[in-house]
Formats: sequence, C-alpha cells, structure tokens
Amino acid sequence: MRVLLVDDEEELVSALAERLSIRGIKADWVTSGEDALKRIQSETYDLALLDVKLPRMSGLKLKKLLQEKNPELKFIFFTGHGSENDFKVGSAEAGAQYYLAKPVNIEVLVQKMNEVLEK
Amino acid sequence: MDWHHETSGWSGLQFFGKMSASISHEIKNALATINETAGLLEDLTFLAEKGKPLDSERLKTLSGRIMKQVRRADEIVKNMNRFAHSIDDSVKSVELGEVLKLMAALSERFASMRGITLEMNPPSSPVAITTDPFFLNHLLWRCVDFAMNAAGQGKTVGLLTEETENGPRIRFTRLEGLAEAPAGTFPAQGEKDLLDALKAELRVDAEAGELVLALSRDISP
Repeated sequence: MRVLLVDDEEELVSALAERLSIRGIKADWVTSGEDALKRIQSETYDLALLDVKLPRMSGLKLKKLLQEKNPELKFIFFTGHGSENDFKVGSAEAGAQYYLAKPVNIEVLVQKMNEVLEK
Repeated sequence: MDWHHETSGWSGLQFFGKMSASISHEIKNALATINETAGLLEDLTFLAEKGKPLDSERLKTLSGRIMKQVRRADEIVKNMNRFAHSIDDSVKSVELGEVLKLMAALSERFASMRGITLEMNPPSSPVAITTDPFFLNHLLWRCVDFAMNAAGQGKTVGLLTEETENGPRIRFTRLEGLAEAPAGTFPAQGEKDLLDALKAELRVDAEAGELVLALSRDISP
C-alpha cells in the first residue's frame, strides 16, 4: 500500500507517516495541496489521506484535482473541525465511515485504509 | 443594556462563535500533533523492546516537539481566555497594541487558510484607551477580514497602532488590492453600528492602500 498524507501540520503529518511506515505502509507526506499535486505527477499512490481544511485549497477541492490525475486513487479525510455542517459535506464526499476526526487512533486509521482499498 | 448592545447582539454572537470554532480547531491540531508524536515515541519504545537500538537524540527531538505543542496549545487557550473576558466590561481601559495583537493571533488561522501573512508592528509606546473591548475586537476582526480580501498580490496585511495629534488610531496597511474592492461596500451597516458605538471613524484610503481606524480615547458617557 502506498499512501500520500496531506496536512499543513508538518510535525503531525511527518510523525504519522513514520508510524505508518513502522506498520509496513509506505507513506509520503506533503504540507500543501500544491505539493500534493506536484507529487502525484511523479509517484503513484493507492490512497490519499487529506486534511479537510488546508491553506489556500480545501481538501475537498484537492480530492477532485487528484482524482483527475489518478482516477483509481482512494481517499480518507481527517479534520480538526467539529462542526456538523463540515461533517455532512466531508462525509458526503468520503462516506461517513471514512471521515475521521483528529486526533486519530492509528489502529482505526489503518483499519479504515484497508477497508477503503478493499472496496 | 443600551441600543448598541441590543442591535449588535446577534452579529456579536456570530463573531464570538466564529472565533470559538477557529480556536477549537487550532487546539485540535495541537492535540493531534501531540497524539502522533507521543504515539511515535511509543512505537519506537516498542521497537527497542524488540531489539532495535533507541537513538537518544531522536527521543529528545520528539519530546521537545511535544513540549512545543503543549506551549502552543497553552498560548491558544490563553488567547481564548483573554477573548472571552473581553465581554466582561462594556467600558474598560485597554492597551491598543495588546488588543490588536490578540486579534491578529485569533485571525492567524483564517489568514493562513487564505495564504495571507499578518504583519504586526508593535507600537513604539503603549496607547491606552477607554472603550468597549468586545465591540473593539469585533470591529477589528471585520477590518482584518476585509483587509485580507484587499491584500492583493502582496498577500500581506500590516497592522499597526499609533498615537497621533488627533488621537489614537489603527492602520491596516499594504492593501494592494484595495483599489479593486467594490466602492462603497465597506464599511457596511454592521461596521457602522460598531463605529458609532465606539465613537470611531474609519477611512478607506485606496491610494495609500490603507484602512485607517481613528478611535476615541474615552467612550465613557
């Protein structure tokens, strides 16, 4: 499994990538939507984990742009925002079960990743 | 309660809610980073138990990150507390630079989302005024919000307080896109109500690329 993690919190996303690597999941990380779009030009991923509220470009918009470049790519969203409206919009895109609230339990995240890829 | 508080009640509550939601988001991000970093420490300890050598420098770096995030969350909560207490007194003596600094801190996440830098210029000497702290916070947010939309290609909003011969004022500078902003849309009625309550005046200087907020030294009846 190859995963791209996108979150502007660098210390969060780098630690998460390392923890996934320890669990045998090859994870790269970037801190902006722009960098994610650049990265996907040269690398192939199975799944992208996107923060919903990214600077300059929402996670939902980024999903559409990434999907244009790689239609096979699967997605999981995670968010620090607790609003009901955000949950509705995000879960409508990803499916309620693939829309996770921060802080994320890594074992739950790995389980969700496997479920998304098996769908 | 006077008419200002009555008429500004709902929009003030919306402003309070918007800031509170943003603050909770920031705290969540700090907690999530602490969660992953502590989790990584746990993972490394587990690997050490299985025989992989533990790098003490790595442990120091990761524990340092946790402490940094705790300080970050502590600062966010302090700002939240200051903001919450701005509602306590309808008239109070405040230091203008401190109020602007707080509003800049509370606006930081909104600025970051829009790719804008807020450049705070501390005053050369403290500027004390007697005003309604919550209304002032609300008006400053509305000005910052408008200024961020008018930042243009420069993507930077300068914030400064100053004492002039005509009284204290706050300037929102480097608004390169101000000339393109639709004329007459700002200040709108909501801002005008706050300006009235604060006995303040707002001037939009498109040529200089600035908003200039002239404040009363004392709004006590």
